[in-house]
Amino acid sequence: MSSTDSEAVEAAADRNDEQVDGDGRPHGRAGESASADGGQLGAIPRFDVTLRIRRYSAEDAEDGKPAEARWQEFTVTVNGTDRVLDALHKIKWEQDGSLTFRRSCAHGVCGSDAMRINGVNRLACKVLVKDVNPDKPITVEPIKGLPVEKDLVVDMEPFFQSYREVMPFLITSGHEPTRERKQSQEERARFDDTTKCILCAACTSSCPVFWTDGQYFGPAAIVNAHRFIFDSRDEGADVRLEVLNDREGVWRCRTTFNCSEACPRGIQVTKAIHEVKRALLTRSV
Amino acid sequence: MATETSTRSVVPQGTLYRGREGMWSWVAHRITGLLIFVFLLVHVLDTSLVRVAPEAYNAVIETYKNPVVGLGEAGLVGAVLFHAFNGIRVMLVDFWSQGPRFHRQMLWAVGALWVLLMVPFLVRHLSNVFGG
Repeated sequence: MSSTDSEAVEAAADRNDEQVDGDGRPHGRAGESASADGGQLGAIPRFDVTLRIRRYSAEDAEDGKPAEARWQEFTVTVNGTDRVLDALHKIKWEQDGSLTFRRSCAHGVCGSDAMRINGVNRLACKVLVKDVNPDKPITVEPIKGLPVEKDLVVDMEPFFQSYREVMPFLITSGHEPTRERKQSQEERARFDDTTKCILCAACTSSCPVFWTDGQYFGPAAIVNAHRFIFDSRDEGADVRLEVLNDREGVWRCRTTFNCSEACPRGIQVTKAIHEVKRALLTRSV
Repeated sequence: MATETSTRSVVPQGTLYRGREGMWSWVAHRITGLLIFVFLLVHVLDTSLVRVAPEAYNAVIETYKNPVVGLGEAGLVGAVLFHAFNGIRVMLVDFWSQGPRFHRQMLWAVGALWVLLMVPFLVRHLSNVFGG
């Protein structure tokens, strides 16, 4: 970085100092908006928001009685640009270190922080606090249908078990070619939508069938089977279709479209399941 | 092991999942399906009375002629109509290649058809029930 660049950055930091300290704390009282203390044009608004979080810890068990989940409310001051994940971080770092949730990249790529925000499955790192009506308490719960381990962390093993069963890897026969396996743009486009999956489980845990029938493969496994079934380079389509022809396979889908609504990558999940159903009926991919 | 299973048990879940049209149409489809099943059960029972004794059948049918059952009949027709049209929608979602794309528009069509048929039916039926 050149010296002029760093000066520019410092100057920008100085301007920001009007609202925010170096450590991100507000100068004024919590909840005082930037405009209230004579903030300038383009200043980021700050506001208080209450998060109502579903807490559970097995350690809360007493005298042989199993622990019970409970609601706990936290109030934090956030920027207008903050995501729900930032609010959770603030709670964990400043108020209650025992709050437990998963997150890795925090930028909507790794798929670790799927949770139920105001009743629907979302990635906490992709939802802005200002977009989920911060006037009322924002409810944050673990995703449904998977065993809760602690607070917002669930046991993902049943989810990944289904994923493994559809064999999400390239299956070929014959000699390995010395060059790349070629594919036309149309052939690639055939399964483009389902390559976007990040395995966050937002779709599978939004499915009413999965909530009551944990044996159901679930949307995510079918999406990842779709990704290979319709890949012209792959030769394992029949095996995968047979796996999904099971009682607990694609036929369990009741087309509630919750999965398509929940997917943070915008995958048309119900459409993918529909295409697998059709491939099973017509026996052609 | 007992403590292990108790800690891993599924924790009672919090709020209702806030699904959209797709989920609520599925819920409504289930509920109307159940209502129609209950009706068919009663219907098979009372109709089979005619084999026991025509007088018994007539006596039972006579007890149905009151406003409460009249409203129930209106509800039954509403349930059957929704279940039928939504059933066609579900089939189209599964078998028509553009089905998943237009599922929401198809639900509005189901609602529009339902209202279109229910309004004249209710006018006629309720005037019979309450008109005496």
